[in-house]
Amino acid sequence: MNRYWVQRLGFLLLVLVTLIVVVPILLVIGIIVVGGIEAISWEFLTGMPRDGMKAGGIFPAIIGTLLLILGTALAAIPVGVAGAIYLAEYAPDNWFTRAIRLAIINLAGIPSVVYGLFGLGLFVLFLQFGTSILAGSLTLAIMTLPIIISASEEALLVVPTEFRTVSFSLGGTRWQGIRNVVLPQALPGIITGVILGLLRAAGETAPILFTVAAFYLPRLPQSPFDQTMALPYHLYVISTQVPGMPMEIQYGTALVLLALVLSMSVVATIIRSYYRRRRQW
Amino acid sequence: MKNGQPRLRWTEFTVEAIIRVLGFSSIGFVALIFLFLLREGVPTFFEIPLNNLFSTRWYPTFDLFGTLPLILGSILVTVTAIVIAVPLGVATAVFVREMAPGWAREILKPMIEVLAGIPSVVLGFFGMTLLAPFIRETLGTPTGLTAFTGALILAYMALPTIISVAEDALDAVPKSYRDAGLAMGATQWQTIWRVVVPAARSGIVTAVMLGMGRAIGETMAVMMVTGNAARMPLTLDSLFRPVRTMTATVAAEMGEVAQGSTHYHALFGIGIILFVLTFVINLAAASSIFKKQRRGGLR
Repeated sequence: MNRYWVQRLGFLLLVLVTLIVVVPILLVIGIIVVGGIEAISWEFLTGMPRDGMKAGGIFPAIIGTLLLILGTALAAIPVGVAGAIYLAEYAPDNWFTRAIRLAIINLAGIPSVVYGLFGLGLFVLFLQFGTSILAGSLTLAIMTLPIIISASEEALLVVPTEFRTVSFSLGGTRWQGIRNVVLPQALPGIITGVILGLLRAAGETAPILFTVAAFYLPRLPQSPFDQTMALPYHLYVISTQVPGMPMEIQYGTALVLLALVLSMSVVATIIRSYYRRRRQW
Repeated sequence: MKNGQPRLRWTEFTVEAIIRVLGFSSIGFVALIFLFLLREGVPTFFEIPLNNLFSTRWYPTFDLFGTLPLILGSILVTVTAIVIAVPLGVATAVFVREMAPGWAREILKPMIEVLAGIPSVVLGFFGMTLLAPFIRETLGTPTGLTAFTGALILAYMALPTIISVAEDALDAVPKSYRDAGLAMGATQWQTIWRVVVPAARSGIVTAVMLGMGRAIGETMAVMMVTGNAARMPLTLDSLFRPVRTMTATVAAEMGEVAQGSTHYHALFGIGIILFVLTFVINLAAASSIFKKQRRGGLR
């Protein structure tokens, strides 16, 4: 067999393999959309669950997840962005900085359920926050930290050195240069990173299992020290713990969660590509 | 500047101090996580004799805390997932980076990012309701909730990591390598597999390691589709029977144990094992990231 035939066959094989990777993704999304679209109604989105969650809506779970995203953002953004500024602008190239980078890589690799254990040990029990939105948000915040730091650092590093030099030469201090020149340029990249981190927090179940999630709580949380329902945990509960759950509600909940997470991902992608195109350097 | 604006210098000082402290915080968090796992988990090793801890039966109601079936369960599912994911991931990375026309790349990359974004509980739900019955019918197993089902889902969850890191590795191979291969009269196909991929070897190994770390720590999807039977996966057909992983055990049982009980400490003990395991895997992966290979040649 001629080697150009080998090449053609090989390319065909790679196309096939890529299809094996991509088609199931479309299939999963398609099936959940088709299965869940029937369940979506105004009542489903804004109503309280009734009849042991077998009827009514999933409003408290949606609100719970939004509150957790908000709490995670409040805790993770300042720490993550500051951490990235340190690494990109201040950190010297020595063993300590390498240790920080190693720590970030490891934070990114710690299993989500271990974050759950940690949150239970530190926030729920040791600091006595109880099973609460506060404890859950802080746990999720530490989990999203490595994502936010890596993305923000990358966004800061692509800003050319000349920008900093010019700020210095005009008499600006280092921090003035960062705040007025570098940060605004890096902002779209940082926002993209933050959204990607929060998206991960929104979809995770294991870290909130023991730190915040309520099995069935048909009212809205009143304070950060309240428990709350949350979409991913709710989906877990109704698909495994409650017998005789109508499939429609299960698919509907999966669809709402998937739609929330994927729309965040789309927003992040749009911001990134829009600003990448507009960038003049 | 020197004699003026003391306020400015104070702001500068404060802001930089805060940034420094927050910059160091990642180390603090890793230490804190390990500390609290130890605090709650170390009592396990005093409360449970070692021969119990490393026995073959996990049956907490009868004070049997054998972790072997759980460890082996995790290994079985993870290794199977990696065996499935590596060829798929590397081939896709090669296709996307080396061959795909621009428009195909524009479609494929966001698709793979979407896969990374699908919450694990949604994949678990899909696996339970559709994949498991499908596997039961096609393979004729008594239940569809098997180690293989879990491995299949895990493989797809590890794919985005493997593809994107492998792609970066291929991207880092200088263009001159490809030019040289082609100039020698090799076809593009030969150049890819005999020059480019071997040159990207260490990065591809990193990709596999990171994918493995992702797979071993995955919790919800695995818990929902593997059937959770804590039995030793020693026979050949174990892959097509229910199995129970370390992560699933912690997630499933932590909600029901009394705080401070032996069972509670044992679950934290499993947490320590998971932490150390992923720490080692990531360290190994990172060491090849830090080994910046300097290569000559035009980009």
